[in-house]
Amino acid sequence: MEVVVAVIVGILFTAGIYLILTQDLLRIVLGTSLLTHAVHLLLMAMSMLKTGAAPLLGRGKEQFVDPLPQALILTSIVINFGITAFFLVLSYRAYQKLDTTDMERMRSESAKHRGRRR
Amino acid sequence: MNNWVVAPLLIPLFTAVILIFLHNKLKLQRWISLISSMLNVCVAIYLMVQVRTTGIQTLNMSGWAPPYGIVLVADMFAVLLVLAASIVSACCLLYSFRGIDEERERHYFYTLVHFMLAGVNGSFLTGDLFNLFVCFELMLMSSYALIVLGGTKRQFRETLHYILINVLSSTLFVASVAYLYGATGTLNLAHLSMRIAESGQTGPITVVSALLLVVFSVKAGLFLFFWLPGSYGAPPAAISALFGALLTKVGMYALIRTFTLIFYHEVQVTHMLIGTMAVATIILGGFGAVSQTNVNRILGYNVIASIGFISLALAVSNHDALQGAVFYLVHDMIVKALLFLLAGILVAETGTERVNRMGGVLSHSPLLGWMFLIASLAVVGIPPLSGFPGKLLIIQGSIEDGQYILAAAGVILTLMLLYSLIKIFILGFWGKARRPREAHWKQSRKLLLSSAPLMMLIIFMGVFAEPVMPYVQRAADILTDPSIYIQAVFKE
Amino acid sequence: MPKGSDIFLQNISKVVVFIILAFALYLFFTGHGSPGGGFIAGLMSAGALLLLALAFDIDTVRKVIPFDFKLITAIGLLIALCTGTGALFFGEPFLKHAFGYFQLPLLGKTELHTALIFDLGVYLAVVGVTMTILLTIGEDN
Repeated sequence: MEVVVAVIVGILFTAGIYLILTQDLLRIVLGTSLLTHAVHLLLMAMSMLKTGAAPLLGRGKEQFVDPLPQALILTSIVINFGITAFFLVLSYRAYQKLDTTDMERMRSESAKHRGRRR
Repeated sequence: MNNWVVAPLLIPLFTAVILIFLHNKLKLQRWISLISSMLNVCVAIYLMVQVRTTGIQTLNMSGWAPPYGIVLVADMFAVLLVLAASIVSACCLLYSFRGIDEERERHYFYTLVHFMLAGVNGSFLTGDLFNLFVCFELMLMSSYALIVLGGTKRQFRETLHYILINVLSSTLFVASVAYLYGATGTLNLAHLSMRIAESGQTGPITVVSALLLVVFSVKAGLFLFFWLPGSYGAPPAAISALFGALLTKVGMYALIRTFTLIFYHEVQVTHMLIGTMAVATIILGGFGAVSQTNVNRILGYNVIASIGFISLALAVSNHDALQGAVFYLVHDMIVKALLFLLAGILVAETGTERVNRMGGVLSHSPLLGWMFLIASLAVVGIPPLSGFPGKLLIIQGSIEDGQYILAAAGVILTLMLLYSLIKIFILGFWGKARRPREAHWKQSRKLLLSSAPLMMLIIFMGVFAEPVMPYVQRAADILTDPSIYIQAVFKE
Repeated sequence: MPKGSDIFLQNISKVVVFIILAFALYLFFTGHGSPGGGFIAGLMSAGALLLLALAFDIDTVRKVIPFDFKLITAIGLLIALCTGTGALFFGEPFLKHAFGYFQLPLLGKTELHTALIFDLGVYLAVVGVTMTILLTIGEDN
């Protein structure tokens, strides 16, 4: 099972990095969110994939799962939810302001801008 | 257990939330944020006194014992930085009452600053690796919003880069947390240190430490700093002062903390790497500072170069050098904030960011000129000012250790920074006035007043370095001997 | 989408929104001992509101819930912070929670926990943040 998850993490990382290296802003945002998913899976896999009851006292179960990675993943998901949402809003506003979602064109425009000031 | 440890986190958080309700009442917002930041300074001083008299203070959040719950640890190093951060933020807030336009104030400027401050203080005080990540994110989220606040084209462009870089490094942070947890089964800093000391720092753990080094280097601007000068120059002066003073230093703090407390076994690999990165940062940052003509960019490269300089001490890691690092870190927070604020006034007066278009500011605002000169001399480390003791200790430490290349890099850096700052002084303040602006001058005199406390602190820390030293020494004791920290966390 | 353009979606969502909200409420209360909690309940409620906004339009949602969502976020954060701080006044460490069993009129013996109040804060904050973000993007066409 760990091997499968490891492969999935690898695929997600590859796809995320590929998307981040493209020029389109929206794809970059998608790429970052794929990367974070990959990392969350990694967190889960690193704490061993085992099945068992929820780690609550007094339930009379033999095997418990480790609660810490789940807490970490949940926290991390919340944070990434916030950041991805902010990033999306920002990209949208940037698109309105700069009239492009192409990173390359944003940069060339800024170079032009700088040249003019000189 | 000491509940005061959480106060530097709670006060800004409460203030931030309360200010959301009052976002249309500007006067009230200003007063509340000023009072809250003053309160923060008082709490930090109180904590410092407590740490001085009764040793390291800890707080097990919600009563869970250390390796299971989240623990906040206030040792001398953390408390000194919390104090410096509170003072700097109070002065930056004072400056922003006049230096920030009402539109920004209405769009939750103060709320964001206080959230950021909570993140900064939390990062200093936490004793848990994952909680460090959470505090980092709190700080970064508010910094994203602060950079883009105002929404000019340049700000959008820089913010996009800034966010992307930081999201990537945060992703790597979580990945390294995952690996560490897989390898050791704990995330409490003290417990990590114990476990790794027991089992030895094996190859995989060293690799994870290198990953963490990359993460913190991006945040601190150590070698991986390509994003820094642009994004710190985009927002107005009060915000870049906060960034220049606080954000990179938090990364630096995390580096020092992890590499003195946890990963100190494989010095020839990790600390060698840090040393190499430090020298590279010093050279690149120094050349950057010398070659630029834009005031904000010169200061941005100055921030980078001094991060490189502090990392020298981490690479050496003996008692003297770490003492120097603590002193210099505190000094650097204060002096960088001061420089950014003064540069903000300078830019407001001359109406341009380019030094070769300025000139003659000294004739109509002499106070600004002399303050800038003193601040520059403090950065460089001229004796009666606060840069000197830290610099001396770091260079002394590296010579003691036989690291002559590092020492030489530090000395050469000093000259480069001197050149870059004096360039601003000569081109900006001397010569004929190009655009005398009488109207602005009244405004800027009030702005100068807000940076005066920082100025006095620089002089005080330099002249009265002797009474400050015991605090710094105690901070360095903990950094050189991790067992003090571990015992304090697990004492109950 | 102009008003009245999609009768199916509008009529179904009138019912479905309440089912979703009820389930969110269930998740919120079950969160103490089983999967659930303030965050997921908040997201789900925001999802229900989003469905309303899609089926009708944003102005309708604004009319249904006439609060500023930023303020809801702030109230949520304040509640969460206050429950954490409350422990300080009893000499307990920050965030320490208390619970007790009470005889309630309709429910019988019930466990009441201050963590629930904390969760309420989280719930409000999540609803507020999500709706603020959605409305920011959705409002200008």
